[in-house]
Amino acid sequence: MAGVMADFGNFTHAVVRAIPSSLAKEALRMNVSDVDLEKARREHEVYVGVLKQKLGLEVIELPADESLPDCVFVEDAAVVCGDTALITRPGAESRRKETAAIRQTLKELGLNIVDMSDETATLDGGDVLFTGREFFVGLSKRTNQRGAEILADAFKDYAVSTVPVTDGLHLKSFCSMGGPGLIVIGSSEPAQKALKIMQQMSDHRYDKLTVPDDIAANTIYMNLPGKGHVLLHCTPEEFPESAKVFEKLKDHMLMPVSNMEKVKVDGALTCCSVLINMKAKV
Amino acid sequence: MTTEVGSETEVKKEPEKAEEQPAEPEPPATNQTDEVKAVEAAEQSNESPALATDSAEAKENQEAAQPADNATGPEGEEPPASPPASEKKGISRFLPPWLKKQKSQSAVGPKESQVTPKEEGGVVLVKEEGEKAEQAEAEQTSSTTAAEPQVDEEQVNGEAEPEQKEEVNSEEPAENHSTGSAETQPAKEEKASEKSQEKSAAEEEKKETEKGGEEKKDQEENLKPEGGRYFIKSPLKLTKKVKMVMCHVTILDGSQFPCEVEKRAKGQYLFFKVCEALNLLEKDYFGLSYKDNADQTCWLDPTKEIKRQICNTSWQLAFNVKFYPPDPAQLTEDITRYLLCLQLRQDIASGRLPCSFVTHSLLGSYSLQAELGDHDPDEQRLDYISDFQFAPSQTKEMEEKVVELHKTHRGMTPAQADTQFLENAKKLSMYGVDLHHAKDSEGVDIMLGVCANGLLIYKDRLRINRFAWPKILKISYKRSNFYIKIRPGETEQFESTVGFKLPNHRSAKRVWKVCVENHTFFRLMTPEAPTKAKFLTLGSKFRYSGRTQAQTRQASTLIDRPAPYFERTSSKRISRSLDGAPVINVIDAQDSAPTSVGNGREPCLELSSDSSKSGKLRVQGENIYVRHSNLMLEDLDKTQEDVLKHQASTSELKRSFMEATPETRPSQWEKRLTASPATSLRLQAQGRSPPPTTQEPLPDLTVDTVSKSSDDKQKSDKTTLQAAEVEIEETVVVEEIRVAPKGSVVITTPEVVVTPVAVETEVEKPKEEVMEVKEEVNEEQKRPVSVSSDSHSESEEEAGEYHPQVTVSASVDKIKEEPEEEEEEAVDHEEPEQVADPEPLPEVEVEAMPSPAVVEETPMAEPETALVAEESTEDILVTLDEAPNGHAEDQPGLVAMEEEEEEEPRVNGDASHAETERIPRVICCSEPPVVKTEMVTISDTFAAQKTEITTKEVPIVHTETKTITYEAAQLDGSGDGEPGILMTAQTITSESLCTTTTTHITKTLKGGLSETRIEKRIVITGDSDIDHDQALAQAIKEAKEQHPDMSVTRVVVHKETELADEGED
Repeated sequence: MAGVMADFGNFTHAVVRAIPSSLAKEALRMNVSDVDLEKARREHEVYVGVLKQKLGLEVIELPADESLPDCVFVEDAAVVCGDTALITRPGAESRRKETAAIRQTLKELGLNIVDMSDETATLDGGDVLFTGREFFVGLSKRTNQRGAEILADAFKDYAVSTVPVTDGLHLKSFCSMGGPGLIVIGSSEPAQKALKIMQQMSDHRYDKLTVPDDIAANTIYMNLPGKGHVLLHCTPEEFPESAKVFEKLKDHMLMPVSNMEKVKVDGALTCCSVLINMKAKV
Repeated sequence: MTTEVGSETEVKKEPEKAEEQPAEPEPPATNQTDEVKAVEAAEQSNESPALATDSAEAKENQEAAQPADNATGPEGEEPPASPPASEKKGISRFLPPWLKKQKSQSAVGPKESQVTPKEEGGVVLVKEEGEKAEQAEAEQTSSTTAAEPQVDEEQVNGEAEPEQKEEVNSEEPAENHSTGSAETQPAKEEKASEKSQEKSAAEEEKKETEKGGEEKKDQEENLKPEGGRYFIKSPLKLTKKVKMVMCHVTILDGSQFPCEVEKRAKGQYLFFKVCEALNLLEKDYFGLSYKDNADQTCWLDPTKEIKRQICNTSWQLAFNVKFYPPDPAQLTEDITRYLLCLQLRQDIASGRLPCSFVTHSLLGSYSLQAELGDHDPDEQRLDYISDFQFAPSQTKEMEEKVVELHKTHRGMTPAQADTQFLENAKKLSMYGVDLHHAKDSEGVDIMLGVCANGLLIYKDRLRINRFAWPKILKISYKRSNFYIKIRPGETEQFESTVGFKLPNHRSAKRVWKVCVENHTFFRLMTPEAPTKAKFLTLGSKFRYSGRTQAQTRQASTLIDRPAPYFERTSSKRISRSLDGAPVINVIDAQDSAPTSVGNGREPCLELSSDSSKSGKLRVQGENIYVRHSNLMLEDLDKTQEDVLKHQASTSELKRSFMEATPETRPSQWEKRLTASPATSLRLQAQGRSPPPTTQEPLPDLTVDTVSKSSDDKQKSDKTTLQAAEVEIEETVVVEEIRVAPKGSVVITTPEVVVTPVAVETEVEKPKEEVMEVKEEVNEEQKRPVSVSSDSHSESEEEAGEYHPQVTVSASVDKIKEEPEEEEEEAVDHEEPEQVADPEPLPEVEVEAMPSPAVVEETPMAEPETALVAEESTEDILVTLDEAPNGHAEDQPGLVAMEEEEEEEPRVNGDASHAETERIPRVICCSEPPVVKTEMVTISDTFAAQKTEITTKEVPIVHTETKTITYEAAQLDGSGDGEPGILMTAQTITSESLCTTTTTHITKTLKGGLSETRIEKRIVITGDSDIDHDQALAQAIKEAKEQHPDMSVTRVVVHKETELADEGED
């Protein structure tokens, strides 16, 4: 039986969304860059294919909405933990409407929906790092204190600690979970500083896996029945040095996934899916 | 209960004897004889006077050491308890450290722990009546069977006894005043005897008969038997007793445990009664809580009298979990886990422990399994479920979910269900977190969460910072501010101090205390030794006196009894409460709360002092230095899952469930959190100060009345005379406090007092008084009186400096003893000292002074004095005993000058004059933070015993004070009881950079001889850079030069150092 805080990384479903054509031109980005739309779509197809075919998840693919250029990054629209889904209020005004479709989908899946109705709160899912034992919420350009408070209210079992994010878009722009108790962290100074804060704030001990490239620290970890530890990470083509680091993880099933184009619009691996464990539903 | 009086007595005798023999090696031969006497006395019980008490105590001491064999205790079956380890661990293992401490403290006087003897007696009984014992345990209520003397009970009794003893001691002084000392002693004897015979009704009868003659004795004696079972059994007897008070303790299952307790009973007495009734051995995780006037939940300090802590007329308390074990699976007994489950259910239902819907459902399902057993398809009705409260507000949906989950637990035993419950509950982020409202430096509302791992800072629901215990160097509070000094990080060079604003002084102190307790319990291997704390710190002496988690775990491993049977009734109670009283919702619970004390999270040990202090005292900071121990508790946590093993398949829960009796719960967690810091000022303060002095005269010290009167006088005198000085002191204290964080140290060097001995005695007396009293008194006195500085220091001391001595594992016993005494002493000393210095009133004070001066610690000590150094605490104890003799003698013997160097906390530093000291032999070191407390070590030189007196820890707050007294051997023998006449009191204050010298000349006529005493006080204030030894040597040199015809009889060095800095030690 599912206990509290069990089954970290065990997912059964994934929600993804197609890339709208508007992404190339209109999607928000921190640095000016040209996106090859077709290439990005190909990447995304591979990404979804890995989730679906290789990992066997039940993938729910939502159609793109041209009016929402960033809609492919579904992670920011909802935070799902256990059987509860917190529908966020994205920090970027242009992305607020992305949540509607996600909310509908999650509700249909039977999750308990918690809305962030407070007009002053903002929260991007990309700022939420769930370690299996607690939450870290990056206070960034997109996420504020109030948003974090609402998240804490939604997931009362867990400690929710705030971490200032000075550089980068999101907290998870330079870190992610690489396994139970394992934080993958970028080597930049802001990333390391954030890690120290997280370590100080936590009652639990985390191992860290430092990779040279911050964005390469964004990985997707899963613990799937029959497959064990699975880690989706950057490809050697993108970040050769960082890829070498991942290859040292002997216990993990490593699955390099290219994300070169989406990165240009600040889209990391985790950004493109919302992972759900329907078994966790008690 | 009428049973084998004779047999019991016999039993005791035999066991004691047996024990004695083995014990002999340790204790001196004299002890044995004494013991024998004691035994006899015990047999005779009632009327053998003081002698018996002493002997009894001695016996106890010996026994305590030996007890190991018996230790297995609980059910009288002494299995394999390892003989070797058992010596101290044996019986004592079940005793919380503070009990031991008390014992030791008592030992100082004659009191010592009687516990062991009792236990032993119990053991013997067990052997003889093993069968009976089991039954009795099961029943707890003393059935008519003789079996009553089960080991468990006995242990409990034994534990309780120490308390009583303490009480007795405290009372003794009072008795002395009122009725005379003779009575008190017999009372002790009686107690001992009673303890042994507690079970026998015959004793009670005897008591009753005796009561007529000696009411007081009877009261005390009666307490034990009556308080617990007896009381239940024979209410009639209770009514007879005068000072008995009825306590109502709300047990975790919601039931009420009425217990009649002697009015002066200490917290631990009641606590043990409750534990006994619950058949709980792993009791260190628990505590008794009560509501203060501000409706804040506070922890009852086991070492202090209940009545001094509970302000309200109704003695309503609650039995709660005080320290939430991070890994409940490591608890040894199912019953302990069961009680923890009950606490957590309360926490959850009240909303204090937030959970998600799923978690509420899951935990609720385990509760159902534990209480109802397997889901019964036939009972599909949801009604039975709605009787349970799974959440602050539970919905039908949740109840359905609970039932759904309940079905999946089929086959799970109640113990297994409890374990699963705990395995999930412990993961909740707020598990075991004690929240306190506060504001940060910018005035933003935050919450301070104290837990096993450290201090958590929350803003709303978000954790915004966390300070693990290893990161915290010092914990302190000042007024309504609470400070933590943070260890510098890897890249940081300097430690930083973080301050929080609490609603009021009391709440600040409460947080501080909780931190002290949690740090000690979870982080340290053994509680800090009070003595050490004295040296280092000023401020409150409060320390966690119980066992640490490591200790209690160790003790738990020795538990060797069959899993006790217990009924799980919580659910019923809950249901009832729901039906009857609207306790279901948190809000409701709060409203209803008044009756229920239940939540124990916010522990306030000593409210009264704080409250009074908060308003008045300025300098109330308390510093705790946390020394980081390498010992990590974390490791322990890993071992687990033996739980399953332990899970005894107890009888089915359903039955118990059916039987349960409902009661209103106390779910006031929220209130606690939100609880406003009600006015801290208490009426008690007013009342307290006076009573404490009277009530708790030192039993040991012969000087009773004098001390008090002298103190008062002195105080008044001081106020007028020393007002200026006082102010200075205050400022100093403040500076120190302030400085401390910065690192600057204020060191007051030696004050040379020629013949200040008299003062010392006074101090001693007050020492006897309970800590609580001191606090109160001090506060009150301090503020109103000019003496304020002293008071401040005292108050601070009270507040607490907590020096977690990681590595050092002071013996619990010693520690316990010391702290109390110290505290008492400190208070007394401070006042007297102040008086004494300015005024020559040595006579009065002198009474207590013990001749033998002991060199305790000589941080400052000069090379000359190379006497044995003893810990101040010990010295103090000794001094008390000796004190009466010494002073008188000293004076006559040596007319010579005694120089006492006292370090004064005063701001002014000053150079000293020294009055010559020639042969300073004896050194007494006390560590009172406050200058005022003069450690008068009396002139009895020889011994390096402890004459001291003195200073225990004065109230000075933050500074660390050490007092060293060097006495000249010459003084020996001089004990004239005659008071000296103050010929001249010159106070010369020269302020050079930092040196102040005060000289007092006193002439005393002794048997036709006139002694001239010159007392010089030199205060040196400066950074740690100062070479104290050199300064002292210089001061002495100067003194000798100034008075070539006089001899230096005494040098007292008070060293105050800010704790934080501590470079000086």
